Amino acid sequence: MGSYVPSTLAQRREMLEAVGCCSMEELFGHLPQQVLLDRPLHLARGLSELEVRRAMEAIASRNTVFSTVFRGAGAYRHYIPAIVKQVVSKEEFVTSYTPYQAEISQGVLQSIFEYQTMICELTGMDVSNASVYDGSTAAAEAVAMCQDRKRVKTLLSAAAHPDLIQTVKTYCEGSGMPVEIIPAKDGKTDLDALHSLLDDSVCCVLIQQPNYWGQLEDADQVGALAHESGAKYIMSCNPISLGMLQTPAESGADIAVGDGQPLGLSLSFGGPYLGFMACTNALIRKIPGRIVGETTDVDGKRAYVLTLQAREQHIRREKASSNICSNQALCALTASVYLAAMGANGLENAAAQSFAKAHYFAKEMAKIPGCKRRFSGEFFHEFVAECPDVPKAMAALEAQSILGGLPLNGDLSGCVLWCATEQNSKEEIDRAIAVIKEVCGA
Amino acid sequence: MKLMFESSIPGRGCSILPACDVPIPALPESLCRKKAPNLPQLSENDISRHYTALAGRTHGVNNGFYPLGSCTMKYNPKINEEMAALPGFTAIHPLQPEHTAQGAMAVLYQTEAALCEITGMDAMTFQPAAGAHGEFTGLLLIKAYHKYRGDNQRTKIIVPDSAHGTNPASATMAGFTVVSIPSQADGCVDLEKLRAAVGKDTAGLMLTNPNTVGLFDKNILEITQIVHDAGGLNYYDGANLNAVMGVSRPGDMGFDVVHLNLHKTFSTPHGGGGPGSGPVGCKALLAPFLPGPVVKELQGQYHFQTPEQSIGRVKSFYGNFTVVVKALAYILTMGAEGIREAAQNAVLNANYMMKKLGGVYTMAYDERCMHEFVMSLEPLKKETGISAMDIAKGLLDNGIHPPTMYFPLIVHEALMVEPTETESKETLDEAIAVFLRLYETAKKDPQTLHDAPHHTPVRRLDEVGAARNPKLRYPF
Repeated sequence: MGSYVPSTLAQRREMLEAVGCCSMEELFGHLPQQVLLDRPLHLARGLSELEVRRAMEAIASRNTVFSTVFRGAGAYRHYIPAIVKQVVSKEEFVTSYTPYQAEISQGVLQSIFEYQTMICELTGMDVSNASVYDGSTAAAEAVAMCQDRKRVKTLLSAAAHPDLIQTVKTYCEGSGMPVEIIPAKDGKTDLDALHSLLDDSVCCVLIQQPNYWGQLEDADQVGALAHESGAKYIMSCNPISLGMLQTPAESGADIAVGDGQPLGLSLSFGGPYLGFMACTNALIRKIPGRIVGETTDVDGKRAYVLTLQAREQHIRREKASSNICSNQALCALTASVYLAAMGANGLENAAAQSFAKAHYFAKEMAKIPGCKRRFSGEFFHEFVAECPDVPKAMAALEAQSILGGLPLNGDLSGCVLWCATEQNSKEEIDRAIAVIKEVCGA
Repeated sequence: MKLMFESSIPGRGCSILPACDVPIPALPESLCRKKAPNLPQLSENDISRHYTALAGRTHGVNNGFYPLGSCTMKYNPKINEEMAALPGFTAIHPLQPEHTAQGAMAVLYQTEAALCEITGMDAMTFQPAAGAHGEFTGLLLIKAYHKYRGDNQRTKIIVPDSAHGTNPASATMAGFTVVSIPSQADGCVDLEKLRAAVGKDTAGLMLTNPNTVGLFDKNILEITQIVHDAGGLNYYDGANLNAVMGVSRPGDMGFDVVHLNLHKTFSTPHGGGGPGSGPVGCKALLAPFLPGPVVKELQGQYHFQTPEQSIGRVKSFYGNFTVVVKALAYILTMGAEGIREAAQNAVLNANYMMKKLGGVYTMAYDERCMHEFVMSLEPLKKETGISAMDIAKGLLDNGIHPPTMYFPLIVHEALMVEPTETESKETLDEAIAVFLRLYETAKKDPQTLHDAPHHTPVRRLDEVGAARNPKLRYPF
């Protein structure tokens, strides 16, 4: 049996004696008999470290690690610089709690302050929090920031990630606030439809940029329409794309959110990822979660501390606007180290290369009969293309250890959402194109 | 020390990506950002030293004793970290075909089975990313259950005044009205007040047991029965499960839905605030409402399914997956006996410390505690002016992370101590000696403690100033 209890049996006896008990059973003797478990748990016997390693490696080996990935749809395989994993494995960062005791937590606090600064720089917004769970919950929290007594309704683009849409709906179902979906037209949020949906009950308009299908939205125009009707404007952004794309601030957003996974976090079957949130100064008292601020200590030394806590659940209890307590601090640290290693030039390069590879991929694919892009308009690093035989194409790619794009369904049945990043070489793209060409009978 | 932006030198950087091997098309200028982000320009060496310095200004469980009540700061085993870092777990896409992700689905399936056995529940979701997220999810299950039955008048959630702040906040987010009931003098639920509070409008009760003062509520069966008789459901906040795992199960206490904190009870690290994992388990009656997808086994193959009456997603994909991997490695290591041994020693360590400090410090509740205990510094403060905060800051100078301060709210000048089972008797004895010494200092030389800490990287901070004049980013 494995154990992390350091006390020897002799020490345990000594301690039991000190508290006036003869046995462990007696220590729990004050619990009502009816709630005591009268049998051992039905779990396997404990294992040694070597046995655990073998068992876990056996489980891991049942997963296929593809050597080439052309699937994104909310989880992106970008290159992670070696320094990132080294830094975020430091035990002090890994094993500390939320930095309540500022005097011995300056390292974590300063790292969060630096993270907040970098998120503000990326998005162009004024204020960032210390992170929330992921991009979908960040969107849901942003919606909650906009709701008030008069304005209750959220307008959510059909072109946002399905998980984001579902998460926002679940949160709004909780608070009893209505959500309406803005339909899409040619792979983008339909501006005419948005115009007709807007009225003075709408609290916010939320779009994703680039959207779920990789298309670039008319972000300025959505913002202008939202603001004309007095609603707030929320943009969910891919942080890598912000290396080159217009910022949410430049598009007029009141709140910028997104999933920070592309910033140095591995795919990890969907988590842990990172929800980032940033807003204008006007919304500073509404943003949820931890926020770190600069201050001084009694000797006048610069220092950092959790601040504006009057917003939070441990002070306001049922009157708090969010219940968030634990966040994704180590993932925020990961994003910071990634951004420091890449720098502005490196980030722009990662964005430009992802953009370039996806465009090369789409261009080559369009040469295959029946594989043309479904939508017109600009796209970033993902695109939707038709495919004459989706299951066959996916199987043929899988046989080459290539994870193909995501097969879509519903109105887009028979289409595939493809993604390329700087990790995909021209050679890999050419190989995938050759496989698809062969399968599709060209 | 310098912020990384202050160490930035124009023209410096790391060499990470190769040149692009395909042409880079032009993007219309109107879609491009106007100005590059101000990110630091540093060499890899600069970055490495910067973070090594920051790590040196951070106290983790690996740096020393961390008896932070209600947070279960136990040791985070290294094998868990290594297993979660296997490429078979980190390099798999959440949307890759099910037949290529059977191992990942096995992790969710096996961990669900183990945690359901430990809690006495029937089904579980791993989507919630943290305890508070789990609370919100569990309450939505309760809401969906009543709604499905057409019982639309159940709009109230009862929460004891000793509860963690996330409980009432989660209830509000889930659209409930919070009914706060005062606790008895012993910190336990006042049965008469509970009876008076329940009715046709009761959706449920949220409770931690052991409660937030570290006591096991002996009336637990009667409490959950009162709520059930009124037509409500019982929610178990698993923050304190470490005290009873393998000894007593929430499912046998009358609870219908629980959340666990894998980052407390199941040894996964806190990461300076996260990521955690807050899986929600429930009895069969709530399983049809769980967020989707959940993993089911059919003829030896795992499949994702969304339950019929699902409340919908609360997060992308399947939750903080690699945190679940770490918890599974822990459960495999411990086994049935190890789980129980952990709970027993957590309770033993807490009682030992309470006993040794009890003769000097004032215990808020002078009876057998579970995995943590609460001291009230009120008498000491009256006598010497030394507050819970002052003692906490004195501990910092001794390399000990202070207990949770000023919580629960029902105890004045509270210090809540949770040693956990992974601390040795030697560590406890040293900490006890420090606590006793600080008590002496409070009496003989209170100014030293008012001025503490003395030896930390920074000293007491101007928190009021930070909030009054918020500086939340580097200004450039």
